[in-house]
Amino acid sequence: MKVTLKVWRQKNRSTPGAFKTHETPELNVNMSFLEMLDVVNEQLANRGEEPIAFDHDCREGICGTCSLVIDGKPHGPHKGITTCQTYMRTFNDGDEIVIEPFRAKAFPLIKDLVVDRKAFDRIQHAGGYITVRTGAAPDANSVPVPKQTADFAMDAAQCIGCGACVAACKNASAMLFVAAKISHLGLMPQGQPERYRRAKGMVDQMDKEGFGACTVTGSCEAVCPKEISLDFIARMNRDYGVALLKGDAKAVKSGGAG
Amino acid sequence: MNIVDRIWKSSLGKKYLMGLTGAALVVFLIGHLAGNLQVFGPPELINGYAYFLKSKPGLLWGARLGLLACVGLHIVSAITLAQLNSAARPQAYATNGAHGASTASKYMLPMGSIIAAFIVYHLAHFTAALPAVNGVGDFTKLTTTLHGETVPDVYAMMVLGLQVPWVCLIYLVAQGLLFMHLGHGLSSMFQSLGFRDHVWWPRIRLFAQVTSIALLVGYSVIPIAIYLRVVGNDYVEKKKYALKAATKKPAPAFVTVPGKEAK
Ligand code: HEM
Ligand code: FES
Repeated sequence: MKVTLKVWRQKNRSTPGAFKTHETPELNVNMSFLEMLDVVNEQLANRGEEPIAFDHDCREGICGTCSLVIDGKPHGPHKGITTCQTYMRTFNDGDEIVIEPFRAKAFPLIKDLVVDRKAFDRIQHAGGYITVRTGAAPDANSVPVPKQTADFAMDAAQCIGCGACVAACKNASAMLFVAAKISHLGLMPQGQPERYRRAKGMVDQMDKEGFGACTVTGSCEAVCPKEISLDFIARMNRDYGVALLKGDAKAVKSGGAG
Repeated sequence: MNIVDRIWKSSLGKKYLMGLTGAALVVFLIGHLAGNLQVFGPPELINGYAYFLKSKPGLLWGARLGLLACVGLHIVSAITLAQLNSAARPQAYATNGAHGASTASKYMLPMGSIIAAFIVYHLAHFTAALPAVNGVGDFTKLTTTLHGETVPDVYAMMVLGLQVPWVCLIYLVAQGLLFMHLGHGLSSMFQSLGFRDHVWWPRIRLFAQVTSIALLVGYSVIPIAIYLRVVGNDYVEKKKYALKAATKKPAPAFVTVPGKEAK
């Protein structure tokens, strides 16, 4: 099979970009979408042209590095699948496929289809952690966790932080990502000490990064390769509301023992 | 930062405001509908109700100012959120974005803006009773006697007002838009305020659908019934004549239709 690619090409942030059409050579239908891009890039390199820059790492749907908006949908036509797990057999011979980068103010473009998603790391730094003592690993069952709680926390922890939620949302909102991160820790007993501080810190950082707000359109959930539920956004809204009412913790005047 | 500041400065805080003011407006809509449906009873029913409201100015103005504050806050939050949201994506996609978003969820602001315009019209039409916007005449001249007192004839005003085809159409279009606004907004409100989980979400959706359909039917049936002359047509026949005459020479006090008036 062969397809025609309409790809967003942009040298760097300060140079304006444009769509460029690339014809693929003959493809194997069982190639992944990224392998198809590899083949196109090989051809471009052989011709002495600049290859298409795109993000990828594990290529097995677990790291969240691959991106791309394929024909208007982040991670391509399937539901619950990353770009790297999308195969050319999904498309038809002769199709024209439009490939764009994730677009958001908080995800500035680096080159072609590669965007900078470090905003997510900064949100994580603002509260996506728990406090544990160092030393030997504690006994696995020393803190009992109800099965249902563990399951919910696992559902949220599925998030691979790819940013498709932001890319799909009409408001470029990062709520689904932030909600998943807040919930997977906030559900567990180990995450309780920082629960409200975490919600406050991460949401405030999200706002600072310039992501939009939530209109509950459901686009994020529809494109999420891990099918994270909007329920977690409601959970985040609850925790953040409590955090707002509590206010910032007052500094203890006399100081503690530690 | 105090709490007001914290709410106002955060995206989630503004969504709480959207949700809370939206909820207050929905509660008002339900009460307002219950009041309006009295038009299906005898004229004295809704006239008596209107008179009762007027006789409690503290209550009436409290509610009016409260509602105005809700509408104002709802609109200001909507606009600031819309600015935030469009700033978050400086460059649009070449292809259709917003995969999986419902139509209503994509057009909340345009629908809301038309509803806001309708609210202004509705207030000018029936609350301020400006003759310029109703296409009939001066509603303030419509009076009737109730318990021996001369009171505004709200029943006649509603019937005469909504018998005008284009006015009736404005009301129906506004109800259609409100229905779509609430079709998305009502369930979304629970989400914004954090009341949602996998068990409650289907129930919330059902509640939202039932409520928005009930409001659509309730509010639409009034203009439709009046336009089809099912309600109050005989009652207003004489009044209509009097209303036209009244705009020319000073009103000869409106006579109530014999037999239909309360003692
Ligand atoms: C009777 C009048 C109205 C009622 C009952 C109402 C109700 C609601 C409700 C319940 C919501 C959901 C809130 C949430 O998502 O948390 C909502 C959202 C919204 N309303 Fe209204 N509304 C009314 C009038 C208006 C007006 C006049 C505007 C004018 C600009 C407006 C603009 C919006 C927008 C833009 C949203 C979505 C905000 C977002 O999620 O980004 N509404 N409305
Ligand atoms: S490359 Fe790791 S998820 Fe696609």
